[in-house]
Amino acid sequence: MDKVIEVEGLTKRFGNFTAVDRISFDVKRGEIFGFLGANGAGKTTAIHMLCGLSKPTEGRGSVAGFDITRENEMIKQNIGYMSQKFSLYEDLRVWENIRLFGGIYGLADKVIAKKTEELLERLNFKSERNTMVKALPLGWKQKLAFSIAIFHEPEIVFLDEPTGGVDPAMRRQFWEMIYDAAERGITVFVTTHYMEEAEYCHRVSIMVDGRIDALDSPRNLREAYGAKSMDEVFQQLARKAQRAD
Amino acid sequence: MKQFIAFVNKEFYHLVRDRRSMLIILGIPVVQILLFGFAINTEVKDIRVAMHAPHPDAFSEGVTERFRRNEFFNLREDLHTPREMEMALQKGRLDMAVLFHPSEESIQLIVNSADPNRGSIATTYATAIIAGYQLEESGVGMSQIPFAIEVESRMIYNPGMESAYMFVPGIMGLVLMLICTMMTSVSIVREKERGTMEVLLASPLKQGTMVIAKTIPYLLISIINLVSILLLSYFVLNVPIRGSLILLLGISVIYIFLSLAFGLLISTVVRSQINAVIISAIIVMLPGLMLSGMIFPIENMPSILQWVSDIVPARWYTQAIKKVMIQGLGGAMVWKETLILTGMALLLVVGSTLNLKPRLE
Amino acid sequence: MIQVNELHKTYRNGRVKALNGVSFSVDKGEIFGVIGPDGAGKSTLFRILASLLIPDPGRGKATVGGYDVIRDYRQIRQIIGYMPGRFSLYQDLSVEENLKFFATLFNTTVEENYSLIKDIYGQIEPFKKRRAGALSGGMKQKLALSCALVHRPKVLILDEPTTGVDPVSRREFWDMLGRLRELGITILVSTAYMDEADRCTRVALAREGEFIAIDTPKGITRDYSEVLWSVEGDRMPALLNRLREYPSVKTAFAFGDKHHITVEKGITTEELENYLANNGFKETRVEPIEPTIEDCFLAM
Repeated sequence: MDKVIEVEGLTKRFGNFTAVDRISFDVKRGEIFGFLGANGAGKTTAIHMLCGLSKPTEGRGSVAGFDITRENEMIKQNIGYMSQKFSLYEDLRVWENIRLFGGIYGLADKVIAKKTEELLERLNFKSERNTMVKALPLGWKQKLAFSIAIFHEPEIVFLDEPTGGVDPAMRRQFWEMIYDAAERGITVFVTTHYMEEAEYCHRVSIMVDGRIDALDSPRNLREAYGAKSMDEVFQQLARKAQRAD
Repeated sequence: MKQFIAFVNKEFYHLVRDRRSMLIILGIPVVQILLFGFAINTEVKDIRVAMHAPHPDAFSEGVTERFRRNEFFNLREDLHTPREMEMALQKGRLDMAVLFHPSEESIQLIVNSADPNRGSIATTYATAIIAGYQLEESGVGMSQIPFAIEVESRMIYNPGMESAYMFVPGIMGLVLMLICTMMTSVSIVREKERGTMEVLLASPLKQGTMVIAKTIPYLLISIINLVSILLLSYFVLNVPIRGSLILLLGISVIYIFLSLAFGLLISTVVRSQINAVIISAIIVMLPGLMLSGMIFPIENMPSILQWVSDIVPARWYTQAIKKVMIQGLGGAMVWKETLILTGMALLLVVGSTLNLKPRLE
Repeated sequence: MIQVNELHKTYRNGRVKALNGVSFSVDKGEIFGVIGPDGAGKSTLFRILASLLIPDPGRGKATVGGYDVIRDYRQIRQIIGYMPGRFSLYQDLSVEENLKFFATLFNTTVEENYSLIKDIYGQIEPFKKRRAGALSGGMKQKLALSCALVHRPKVLILDEPTTGVDPVSRREFWDMLGRLRELGITILVSTAYMDEADRCTRVALAREGEFIAIDTPKGITRDYSEVLWSVEGDRMPALLNRLREYPSVKTAFAFGDKHHITVEKGITTEELENYLANNGFKETRVEPIEPTIEDCFLAM
């Protein structure tokens, strides 16, 4: 099985502060990889490096076959990104957002038109085509944002807390979309604070103080830590954290 | 009272911790005064002039000598015939030709008006030089004055015709208002944008306390700006301060307070910091610049614009500052302006306090 | 402490309904949780109770500490501590400066009420010189709570204090709320995390501007009327789809490492296990379980 993300000894320092401390891991094609950690454990900094938005201080890594230090522009072409904070333009209509992001990734107009229809069909969104995004409920927005993040068929999609505050039923629908994407061969790299969502991942890593302290399938982690749930595993690991920020 | 002081302190922290904004706030007045004073003034220098007197006499010699000595003119002594001068004018190598016609007892000025502003100012200067010479000569026995004399009123208090004189009160009015309004217009919206307004509203703090407390730190920093503007005007642009310094500062502080209150009023209406900055810039710059009398004389405006200019604070401030600073007039001559500015300031403070709703909508 | 009767709130001339006739009451010393997703009207309700928004006039009434939320807003602002949904302190002020400022705002001092906030503020006090903007999520939360508490409010109104906060900090935060409750402070708190319901004395499940249930957490799960089973096995996503195809299965949802399903009365776990085994899912375990709040929410 080929590896879509390979990282070795990845480190990021800001002055004296080591935000990410020699992390190494790899993610296989089509895998759903949960990237967990407490606030301030270094998740965001690590994701920025993987997406080619910031250069590592030390270590090496490749994403979608491109070197994260030298070929960061190529990485941006081959990944999708969605975060809770920014995902869509609120003052644009649904179809305008789709066309915009399709255009940004250089898809031909014909392709965009065809794929827009498929997307609206799949989401059961045909009647919302002309709705302003800000008028949509949060759960719908997040589903739309995810569809747009994988619109250009990236090798891998990064999801930063995609389900925060979303309705429980919607959150499950969202995860079913994640599974669909993974079946189509898109690798999913996801962060979440919902520990039951960690169970839905094929493998999860847990970051503590800039290091990856645990990495395995949820079932193996539960067994290794003698825990009944991922929440317990997380509590055991994250309580050891030394640093306060 | 404790609430008030705590709030003022907090505003000071915001101000001094935002180094970049602080630099801009303190730097803009300096830059603007220097820019307006030196570069963007209507002063015209180095006017290339040639003289032609077919029958030179004492009068033409005298006038020529005056032009030669004047620092604004550059006498081209290499051009002699009207033909040569015409060619030079056409090619833009000459700005003005002065032709003496003793037979008709007249002087003809031929001016290159490709740049109308430069042309008309050059004409004004030349007329002034010729008229000045005539006046002097008439005293020492010339029997008749052969030319009509036109005197520009604005030259009375600005004898050197240095435009910095004219511009400084106008710039002070503009710069102070711009900076003060922008600073405070951002301050309430920022609390709305960052969500802190919600917490303030849910506390016993009164709206009036907040409005007054928000002006204090900006009032102080604006006084620093005022002082730097005055120092620059006095020492660098050589603008005199003929009247009472206390009066000048007093009127300025009222004006600053008014501008700060205006900013707060804007702040209570708009929804984002960006809007606040744009709206205050547009409101202050456009009517402020156009209708304050700084660029266009108010007397020449259509009456409807004259009325509008009555509600432009910069107009009254500029007028008062001109009187005090340049004409050296006393308090008795500026009471009207002072009263109007004070009234406007109070109105704006009350307005912004009332407009600051005790709730979120 | 809090009385809410038939509260309505519409935006944009009635086109957007944020609250649609909400009624409940909270006693002194309760932790009352409003649980529901984004868009359920939680923030609107909390802002009305914090006297920051006016409910639709002529319909319904709300009081906090006996004060009317419209008429007596000044009195309400003396007795409540309010923490809005997003971090709302001054990022460019230090931890200590923020706390002092809010103390003065409420005409009190940090020293006067230090005993109350010691438990929480003590944890961030080592960083009191640090700018609030440079704190981590969990520490920001603690500072915000300290600031909301510094004037010894009778009622704490906390709008989604744990959103975006990691599980460890969340647990700590709820521990702190429990201790405040013992001191007699009434707490109204909202959350989108269903698992936090158990930490409340009573909860309201909110959806689209309405309260669909109000009870103790136990009461809510007790009223659950469906037959609820958990299913565990390999190939969980495929298993979920297969479960949905079985006629007697009414709903099927993923719940962490298990699936929760509701079924028609009368079928047995063995029947389902056999069905799954026949369809290639060996070694699945099906067993009846007690519902959680989230099961109740999904069933409503």
